[in-house]
Amino acid sequence: MAENQIDATQWVAKYSDYLFNYTIARVNDRDLAKDLISETFLAGLKSMANFKGDSTERTWLVSILKRKIIDHYRKINSNKGKAEVRINYDDAETEGDWLEERVADKFDRTAEDQMENEELGTAIYDCLDGLNEKQATIFRMKTMENYDTESICNIFDITPSNLWVIIHRARKAMADCLENNWF
Amino acid sequence: MGKLKLECHEANHICDKNQYKEASFWEKVRLNIHLIYCRACRQYTARNNKLTKAYKDPRVNTVSSDEKAELQELLNKQLAEK
Repeated sequence: MAENQIDATQWVAKYSDYLFNYTIARVNDRDLAKDLISETFLAGLKSMANFKGDSTERTWLVSILKRKIIDHYRKINSNKGKAEVRINYDDAETEGDWLEERVADKFDRTAEDQMENEELGTAIYDCLDGLNEKQATIFRMKTMENYDTESICNIFDITPSNLWVIIHRARKAMADCLENNWF
Repeated sequence: MGKLKLECHEANHICDKNQYKEASFWEKVRLNIHLIYCRACRQYTARNNKLTKAYKDPRVNTVSSDEKAELQELLNKQLAEK
């Protein structure tokens, strides 16, 4: 029944970039984002048994990450002084909602273009996921990690013209994908 | 170095290389000459540049391989304890 299996050893390689971009758009701090991601992975390990396989691994990890981000804001908000934050919520009905309402998205970020831009990172990694494994790795190494042509050729044991063909196809697929989802 | 005119697939190849600053000066000259009269390649080049710009955007964050190794180690430790 479980179509989606968990393979925790692949988490970092497969999802860390996507999750990182997702987080950084929401917390805007590199170190903090890293911490949140490692917490997410650890929490994921702990609750692996609860994963039913209905969603993909990534969706599942993102849902954990969301909780972690909310927790983070909950923490910093409680440091600031509770009375101040709760001030508008003194009737019983709305009590309890204040946190989600305030923290879900920052108001000053709702200007549309900025929101879109902050999601750009996730869009790119989303598209990268759509490529096949080899194309994706090589494209990543070449464009994101700035390996030079020669060393990639050595690692994968291919000729430079093979490499450029792979890059060409990857770029084409990426451009198509981003065009549909982004530009 | 002899010929000035490029075929489209060659032009695309140079354009790809150029995205990584690996095209030589002469290649760039020939590419640009090709672009003057070839509409399809102009379009390809435009898209390619757009893609390069997109992931060069400072808002696109990459986790460095060091940071990844760190994360992986942490994860492995937890896995081992299980």
